[in-house]
Amino acid sequence: MKALSRRAALMGTISSTGLLLSGCDRLTQSQNMQRIFRGVEAWTRMNQRLLLAGGPLAREFKPSDISKEFKANGTLNPGSDDYLRHVEEGFVRWRLTIDGMVANPMALSLAELRKLPARTQITRHDCVEGWSAIGQWTGVPLGLVLQAAGVSPRAKYAVFHCADNLEGEPDKGGSQSPGQYYESIALIDAFHPQTLIAYAMNGKALSVPHGAPLRIRVERQLGYKSAKYVQRIEVTDSLAGISGGRGGYWEDRGYEWYAGI
Amino acid sequence: MNVNADTAQRQAPREVIYRHRLAVRLTHWINALALFFLLGSGLNIFNAHPQLYWGAKGDEYDKPLLAIQAVDTDGGTKGVTSIGSWHFNTTGVLGWSKVEGVDTARGWPSWLTIPSFHDLADARHWHFLFAWILAFNSAAYLAWGLTKRHLQRDIWPTRADLRSFIPSVVAHLKLQHPTGDAAKRYNILQRLAYLGVLALIGLMIVSGLSMSPGLDAFAPWLPDLLGGRQSARTLHFFSASLIVLFVFVHVGEVILAGPLNELRSMLTGWFTVPQEHK
Repeated sequence: MKALSRRAALMGTISSTGLLLSGCDRLTQSQNMQRIFRGVEAWTRMNQRLLLAGGPLAREFKPSDISKEFKANGTLNPGSDDYLRHVEEGFVRWRLTIDGMVANPMALSLAELRKLPARTQITRHDCVEGWSAIGQWTGVPLGLVLQAAGVSPRAKYAVFHCADNLEGEPDKGGSQSPGQYYESIALIDAFHPQTLIAYAMNGKALSVPHGAPLRIRVERQLGYKSAKYVQRIEVTDSLAGISGGRGGYWEDRGYEWYAGI
Repeated sequence: MNVNADTAQRQAPREVIYRHRLAVRLTHWINALALFFLLGSGLNIFNAHPQLYWGAKGDEYDKPLLAIQAVDTDGGTKGVTSIGSWHFNTTGVLGWSKVEGVDTARGWPSWLTIPSFHDLADARHWHFLFAWILAFNSAAYLAWGLTKRHLQRDIWPTRADLRSFIPSVVAHLKLQHPTGDAAKRYNILQRLAYLGVLALIGLMIVSGLSMSPGLDAFAPWLPDLLGGRQSARTLHFFSASLIVLFVFVHVGEVILAGPLNELRSMLTGWFTVPQEHK
C-alpha cells in the first residue's frame, strides 16, 4: 500500500511535468501569452529607466582586457554589388544620411565624421546569445550629430538603417526570414555620451565583419542594438510604419526592443 | 503491562497538527512553478551559446570551462560535453539529440527546454516573466518569514540542532524519519537544506542581474563581485544545478516520508504526525 502510493507519487510527478512541458509550446505561441510577455518587457524597461535615470556610463575596461579575437556575428559581409564597390573604393563615396524629424537633414562622409570630436571607449559587448567580448571603439557621439541636425521636440526615436540584408538564421531559433537590418533606440539612449557612430575598432578602421565603414555602439544594451553598416539615421516619433513595426530586425522576430537585460 | 501499553499505542488517536501556514504554502507553490519555468527556459537560453567561461568576457575564441557541443567525427556526429580538458560522449542527450525524430545539434535536449524547440526570443520572455515572479515571491516570503519569526524559529538552526547533525545524517542514510514530537519541527538537515536553497535563490537573482548590461552600468560592482559577467553566467548555471539537486533530494524525501501526508500538509497545512514504529 505504502510502496504503491510512493510509486504513484513518483509517476504522478514525472507525468505531470511532461504534460506541463508540452503545454508550454502551445502557450508560447498564444496571443495572450505574447501580450503578457510584452507587458513584462515594458515593466523591465520602466525599472531600468528609473535606475539609469542619472545616465551612468557603462564600465570601461583597460587596454589589456581587449579580446584578442572579437567574435563577429550576424551579417559578416553585406555582399551586395553596391557594398562591394564601396569596399573597393575604401568607402570614399559612403554617406551617412541623417533625416526625418530634424531641422537640418544632412549627409556626412567618413572624412567629415572623422573631423568631428571623437570619443574612444573600451567596453564589453554582450550578445543576446550569452557571450561577451571586449573591444575598443572610436567614433563620434551620436548626440553631437543629432544636436547639429536639430531634433524636433516631438521626436522619440533614432532609427538606424543598414546596408545588410540578414539572410535569416534559422539555427538561432524560429523562422527568421531574410530582411534588411535596422535598429532603433530611444532618444535618451541616442544622446547618452557612450552612444557612438563608430568608425574604428581597436585603433583600426572598422573591418567588414564588424560593420565597415560605420556602426552604432549602444553600450548598456545587448549587441543586436549596435547596428552595423549604417547608412541612414532617421529621427521619428513612431516605429509603427518601419518594416515589421517593432523597431528592429530582431524585434520583428520576437526579441525585446529594450535590450538592457 | 506491556500488552496494555501496546494496546494504548495502537488505539491512540492520530495526532494531526497545523504544520504549514498559508503564506508558506502559497510561496512554496509559486516558487515551485517559477523554478520549473526558469529552469526550462534557462536551458533553452543556454543552448544559444552552450559554453561557460570565467571572467568578464568569453566567446568562441576563448577557452570555456564547460561546453556542450556537436562534434563531427569519422563515425558521424557526436554530442560531446567538455568540462575543462575532460571530454565525455553524451550523444543522444547533450550536444546532439533528436528534435521530433531528427538528429540536431543542441546543447540540452528538446524534452528539457521551454519551449521545446530552439527559440531564444520566447525562452527569454518566459525567463524574465518568471524571474520577476520569483523575485516578488522571494521578497514576500522573506518579509513574512522575518516579521512572523518563521525564519528565526523554524529555519535557523539552534545549537541543539547543530549537535544533532551527525545522528541526523546517519538516520537519513538509513531512511529513518523522525516520529512523534521530533517530526513536528524541521530537523537539522531540513533547516540547512532550506537555508541553502534560499541562499541559492539569492545567488540566482544576483548572478542573473549581473548579466544585464543595463544594470551593470547602474551597479558595476555587481558583476565585479562575482568575477565578471561571464563568471556570473557560470555561477548562474551552477547555482541552478544545485537547486535541481535540491529538488531531487526534496521530492525523494517527500516520497520516502509518506507522499500523501507530506503533500496534503503543503496543500492544506494539516499534517499527521508519524507515530513511533513498535
